[in-house]
Amino acid sequence: MSFVHEIDHGTPASASAATVKLIIDGHEVTVSAGTSIMRAAVEAGIQVPKLCATDSLEAFGSCRLCLVEIEGRAGTPASCTTPVAAGMVVSTQTERLKQVRKGVMELYISDHPLDCLTCAANGDCELQDMAGAVGLREVRYGYQGANHLGQAKDESNPYFAFDPSKCIVCSRCVRACEEVQGTFALTIQGRGFESKVSAGMAESFIASECVSCGACVQACPTATLIEKSVIEIGQPEHAVTTTCAYCGVGCNFKAEMRGEELVRMVPAKDGKANHGHSCVKGRFAWGYAHHRERILKPMIRETIDQPWREVSWDEAIGRVASEFRRLQQAHGKRAIGGITSSRCTNEETYLVQKLVRGGFGNNNVDTCARVCHSPTGYGLKATFGTSAGTQDFDSVEQADIVLVIGANPTDAHPVFASRLKKRLRQGAKLIVIDPRRIDLVRTPHVEAAFHLALRPGTNAAILNALAHTIVTECLVDDAFVRERCDLSTFEDWAAFVAEPRNSPETVGPLAGVPPETIRAAARLFATGGNGAIYYGLGVTEHSQGSTVVMAIANLAMATGNIGRPGVGVNPLRGQNNVQGSCDMGSFPHEFSGYRHVSDDGVRGTFEALWGRPLDAEPGLRIGNMLDAALDGSFKGLYVQGEDILQSDPDTHHVAEALAAMECVVVQDLFLNETAAYAHVFLPGSTFLEKDGTFTNAERRINRVRRVMTPKNGLADWEITLAIARAMGFDMHYDHPSQVMDEIARTTPTFAGVSYALLDREGSVQWPCNERAPTGTPVMHADGFVRGKGCFIVTEYVPTDEKVGPRFPLLLTTGRILSQYNVGAQTRRTANIVWHDEDVLEIHPHDAEDRGVRDGDWVRLDSRAGGTTLRARVTDRVAPGVVYTTFHHPGTQANVVTTDNSDWATNCPEYKVTAVQVAPSNGPSDWQRTYDAQALAHRRIAAAPAAE
Amino acid sequence: MEAAKLVRMANQIGQFFASQRGADPSIAIADHLRKFWEPRMRAAIVAHLEAGGAGLEAPVREAVARLKAEASGPTA
Repeated sequence: MSFVHEIDHGTPASASAATVKLIIDGHEVTVSAGTSIMRAAVEAGIQVPKLCATDSLEAFGSCRLCLVEIEGRAGTPASCTTPVAAGMVVSTQTERLKQVRKGVMELYISDHPLDCLTCAANGDCELQDMAGAVGLREVRYGYQGANHLGQAKDESNPYFAFDPSKCIVCSRCVRACEEVQGTFALTIQGRGFESKVSAGMAESFIASECVSCGACVQACPTATLIEKSVIEIGQPEHAVTTTCAYCGVGCNFKAEMRGEELVRMVPAKDGKANHGHSCVKGRFAWGYAHHRERILKPMIRETIDQPWREVSWDEAIGRVASEFRRLQQAHGKRAIGGITSSRCTNEETYLVQKLVRGGFGNNNVDTCARVCHSPTGYGLKATFGTSAGTQDFDSVEQADIVLVIGANPTDAHPVFASRLKKRLRQGAKLIVIDPRRIDLVRTPHVEAAFHLALRPGTNAAILNALAHTIVTECLVDDAFVRERCDLSTFEDWAAFVAEPRNSPETVGPLAGVPPETIRAAARLFATGGNGAIYYGLGVTEHSQGSTVVMAIANLAMATGNIGRPGVGVNPLRGQNNVQGSCDMGSFPHEFSGYRHVSDDGVRGTFEALWGRPLDAEPGLRIGNMLDAALDGSFKGLYVQGEDILQSDPDTHHVAEALAAMECVVVQDLFLNETAAYAHVFLPGSTFLEKDGTFTNAERRINRVRRVMTPKNGLADWEITLAIARAMGFDMHYDHPSQVMDEIARTTPTFAGVSYALLDREGSVQWPCNERAPTGTPVMHADGFVRGKGCFIVTEYVPTDEKVGPRFPLLLTTGRILSQYNVGAQTRRTANIVWHDEDVLEIHPHDAEDRGVRDGDWVRLDSRAGGTTLRARVTDRVAPGVVYTTFHHPGTQANVVTTDNSDWATNCPEYKVTAVQVAPSNGPSDWQRTYDAQALAHRRIAAAPAAE
Repeated sequence: MEAAKLVRMANQIGQFFASQRGADPSIAIADHLRKFWEPRMRAAIVAHLEAGGAGLEAPVREAVARLKAEASGPTA
């Protein structure tokens, strides 16, 4: 249910191009063939009463309220399950129908609590609406008969309650869990009068497989499944459409408000990325915005061992400017830099890079995409000519073969995963390449055709072996390659992959995958129809991350799977605005739109606009900044919305580098781990408190809209402007829309973007310019951005990180559904009930060898460092491989990861670390020391007493 | 900047370009270093070459020599 009563057509739209004419209540109606009578009626402006129907679900025909009469046909068929037919004459309101509907409603209400005035859904209840619609005035049966009233509520889920007494058993929740989410956690238990909604095997919601996506709550027409926030606060009174600040799917939500209080986030039906669906994070995990640990006042201190002192904005900004200027005078203009955030808006990241380039006078700006998808930018630009994925999410609906490599969509991109699973249930085939048996490999009604459980670090070898099969078995799409690609590069590449050392028979043993499985997967991908590749950080976070992105692009080109719906290369971006932060010129070598700083023409454009000479040399990447800090040539850092101490590899190294700097400025919602090393803390604002845009993984530019006043007093973009002004670089904007106007003026791929366009279209995918005024859903349709597609030889180079007697296991890291990145936001919500600590997954054989039992504390050591955490013994990981998440600072998984990185971009090699695991008796000395130190670094001096 | 780390990074870059067909890898390596390495990193690797260039693979050594020549300016 939702405050915003969008038109509910009752049943999904028909995709048929053919049309049918019929008469409904005397009106001639023309609709697509296959449309239900109910939907046709709605399209004619006629509302047929309904309870079990809603247009996000297939018709079910159980409530018997939507009955109609059809001339020439006997009975009263359900309008939701009856398709239109040419010449059909339908009546939706007759004496007979009125009596039947009233009788049905009497039965419903005779078994329903009559507590409407105190019910949380009062004013937003379809049952209430239908009682009114059918003119229910009495219940002839009384209320004393057998009923379902007085049943115990299930309040186990932290975000919603289930009150079975109010359930009308319409099955909308069960169908939403199946059809929309694809989890199949709910069922109707029992028969006849005993029928009731049940989670899992008659378990509580929290104990069942339920993933708390909220689809059931959204579908429920009564107060049976309802948000606890609505129970507590009441019904909202206005709504604002905005965009989720979690993963790269970029779901649109309606923030439903009462005054400035957020009542609930409801997924927008017209959201082009999510089409009305959501996950537990976007739907429910927004409570961090008013968490008690949020810092709302600026603070400074001279040294990091002192307590923080709250100061005015003017004093804090003044300190930043004077310290940065002092450091530049003493150590040169390249002694300071900044880090933009993929959690902040496009406008905010654009302003931070502008501050660095124009205000600091250097190119020492980088972004957290450095540690996730920087190889995507490098690899796709080299092969296709632009640094972005090729499709929209809708494209998956036309895919026949889906290859998922190094990604775990059900945890990290859950709303896209639901759409993918729906397509797989319709018959598309799935190939998974991942060391771990991710959920997609086998989940209700979905099973991968092939799971290539490769050894971590062998992605390039496996992709070359797939290509070897395709080339040597003559499965290349010759026509596509001839017409669309650079033939000389193809010939070099084809000769390379055809070499025997790239054959599945050679690669299989080293990668730990049977050769016949590699061959079968290659044949399926090349011959199964539309082939789409989806990948994530399991591709990029390797020493060969960029090479593997190029190998993926090669594979797509060789099989002709580029340039139309249903195919393509699709990087699944981790954070909400990874794509946008890269687009906005956050990398140290390029301006917005991926144009190198050494390009005189491009640089001249910005110099003319900003009135400052700009540096033609590339700046430092994050890792380079840390190295330079340790050698004494880098002294000051402005970090907006990132926590590099927790998220970046080799924590000891990061800590030493931060400690070596003289002025670290952290702008964040909370005193994060990096803030322990900061000298100035600038309180940030949440996505609910500012205007702007995020760009999701499909290049879709979505609006973020302010729904409440910033609790810290300033939106993040205003803070950056204040720093710039204090440093004498007058950046002036009255509203983020003006920042977007500047981006459009300076960035060819954004030339047509404006807030007015976004308000009109909802969202657009770049390139958006004269050639594509409403954006570009599928790229490279008529030709690659670079002209001809470029094949690149992708030699497999084993990582330097090798197992041996001291460190015999390989660690790989990743995410879990309920938590997000370093957990700064999600750890401060009730999502903590699902994942309150990071655990180490270890195969039963490896556990037995070490005397480790499920739940034991284990010590995890690498050459970089060690930590302790609890073990989870599971065959989800292969023997020789262990896995953990990095959501909790108490574990600090990155104490263990090393400084190895991708050859082209320095993206860290998070996914391969040689480790040893041994039983332990609790947290390590390092963890105890760190906890104490973190507490000490977070002290805030008491405010002086009033006179 | 720690020379050993820069040498390792440069050799990684070298390994990739050395595997490409046809072109002189030292040109591509030098181009990559020019496009993506900040001046102090390039200066540090040039200084390492001048100090003997221990650990630098052959094409990388040649690429760094190109950078050194550029830094010195055109010879008369």
